[in-house]
Amino acid sequence: MSILLDNTTRVIVQGITGREGQFHTRNMIAAGTNMVGGMTPGKGGTIVEGLPVFDTVEEAIKATGASASCIFVPPAGAADAIMEAASAGIELIVCITEGIPVIDMTRAMLVVHEYGARLIGPNCPGMCTPGHGKIGIIPYQIFTPGPVGFISRSGTLTYEVVALLTEADLGQSTCIGIGGDPIIGSTFVDYLKLFEEDAQTKAVVMCGEIGGSDEEDAAEYIKTMSKPVVAFVSGRTAPPGKRMGHAGAIISGNTGTAQGKVAALQAAKVPVADTIFDIPGLVKEALASA
Amino acid sequence: MKIHEYQAKDILARYGIPIQPGRVAYTPEEAEEIARELGGPVVIKAQVYVGGRGKAGGIQFGDTPEQARAAAAKVLGMDIKGLTVEKVLVVSKLEIKEEYYLGIILDRKSQAPMVMVSKAGGIDIEEVAASTPEKIIRQPIDMHWGLRPFEARAILAHAGLPHQVIAKGGAILTALAKAFIESDASLAEINPLALTTDGQVQAADAKILIDDNGLFRQKEYATWAESEESNPLEFEAKQEGLTYVKLDGNIGVIGNGAGLVMTTLDMVARVGGKPANFLDIGGGAKAEIMRKALTFVARDPQVKGILVNIFGGITRGEEVAKGVIMAQADLPKGMPIVVRLSGTGAEEGKEMLKQHPGLDWGKDMREAAQKIVAVVGSKE
Repeated sequence: MSILLDNTTRVIVQGITGREGQFHTRNMIAAGTNMVGGMTPGKGGTIVEGLPVFDTVEEAIKATGASASCIFVPPAGAADAIMEAASAGIELIVCITEGIPVIDMTRAMLVVHEYGARLIGPNCPGMCTPGHGKIGIIPYQIFTPGPVGFISRSGTLTYEVVALLTEADLGQSTCIGIGGDPIIGSTFVDYLKLFEEDAQTKAVVMCGEIGGSDEEDAAEYIKTMSKPVVAFVSGRTAPPGKRMGHAGAIISGNTGTAQGKVAALQAAKVPVADTIFDIPGLVKEALASA
Repeated sequence: MKIHEYQAKDILARYGIPIQPGRVAYTPEEAEEIARELGGPVVIKAQVYVGGRGKAGGIQFGDTPEQARAAAAKVLGMDIKGLTVEKVLVVSKLEIKEEYYLGIILDRKSQAPMVMVSKAGGIDIEEVAASTPEKIIRQPIDMHWGLRPFEARAILAHAGLPHQVIAKGGAILTALAKAFIESDASLAEINPLALTTDGQVQAADAKILIDDNGLFRQKEYATWAESEESNPLEFEAKQEGLTYVKLDGNIGVIGNGAGLVMTTLDMVARVGGKPANFLDIGGGAKAEIMRKALTFVARDPQVKGILVNIFGGITRGEEVAKGVIMAQADLPKGMPIVVRLSGTGAEEGKEMLKQHPGLDWGKDMREAAQKIVAVVGSKE
């Protein structure tokens, strides 16, 4: 088992005819993902990477039975794409797009909640379940199946840490880049709940960063979990008031500091890695004592 | 994106929110002229991108046009927290009876704009929030509707504002919410909202931040972008499409992906170095972007060495290596560079780098950080 995605999940791509959309569709197929189609308004009836293209998500679902979608739509239309997917009945929406106006996300989230969809991202690399496939842009070859669930607010840092885990013979159940924006569809707590219930997952690695209070909320939830969690927080050297690349990575006043997050996690008895190189060792200890 | 008080008030005025008459002056003479046009006592307010102007002496008063000129002469050119005052807002002075706080911020938790109102205005709202949070009424805006006038009035009533302010203040708060949403703001504050001795309700000061992600459609506001004098490099980087944050150390750091770059900064600090900047070249960068990034980082005179840390996925190691080699010619002679490549094209990239003297590489992030810290340390 794993969470959210396995090889029975039928996946479409919104924005499949764009350069990014097409390139990553090819990679998702290569990773074994059960890709069933795509959509781009006005390009219905064409074929991309051997997949049928539709004008609307509604048509795509009708023809393919898709339940998941990956969005590669530029920022100006991305929130609309999320709302289209949710209202057409897509259950799992993965939005890769970076740069969506945050006010658009406040509206998109209303629709996501109203239709009971799950949104991963935006501004994220997506997710993968090793051995089953991936949705998004994660380089699939660095992953290997195993017992570690992985969640992170960052893309390349995810690859970096997963490479270390794989090297240390610590395979992964499901890995998710949750997104670097201030408003994201699902937070650490949402995924921790899924991992807690997943039979394959024996431990979770959580890579947080400065900004907001999702790590502090996660610390509270972890107190109630039966499975061990190992954490890492980046941005210890970040100055207040500066956006560190991610729109959501900003310390406002005393809120969102790495120090505050580390303290909250340690108070919840979560081992916090000093550098990413300490993560595999901490995971092994956690698995041994679990 | 930050904008000035006069620009924020310009936005508020478009939504019908009452503000004091006045305009911006760049010289004491202009300030005198504006004061003469306005008639009566004026306030001269420094227009800089920092808070705490009042305490720093950046707000002065003038009862006559001559006094306004003298006050403006004092404020113009003044240094406030490292920023030089280049313009002042000259407005009619208000006879203020009471001051309140109206604010809207983007709230991550409720995933909506959050309205905040307090009877205690005119002071730092973060202090109020920390010491007496019960004095701030908060309510998220239901984005199905926006903030409706009856809701705005109810919030003001809950906050304990007097009867005579509820109707006028409610209209102002409703308009502020509309301005926030339509301007792609991430923060909009009226602090203070002033009740004058003659019963007027006006925005005496205003602050608005615009969401950078909304600038593609806020074309007029996008033209308001100005260099913050203390950070000219950051401003230029933005114009060039680079994500750059200036820090105060001497080791330039370049990487791909915000989380990876932040982690690299932490690693440099962990092994005893001081990062000079954050620079994210993003995904799929070509050699030219890499070259640009390196020459950009080296323009900071504090930089004594540069660490490049790339995890190749869509970004290819050969392109990175090519860019580093291209940049070498443009960098100050002998500038140490340590490159760490992994993933796609890493081996090919390393082979290319080996042929060039003055470039070193690390097998992982930690070794690369140790190398650059050692070489920069040995030069000091």
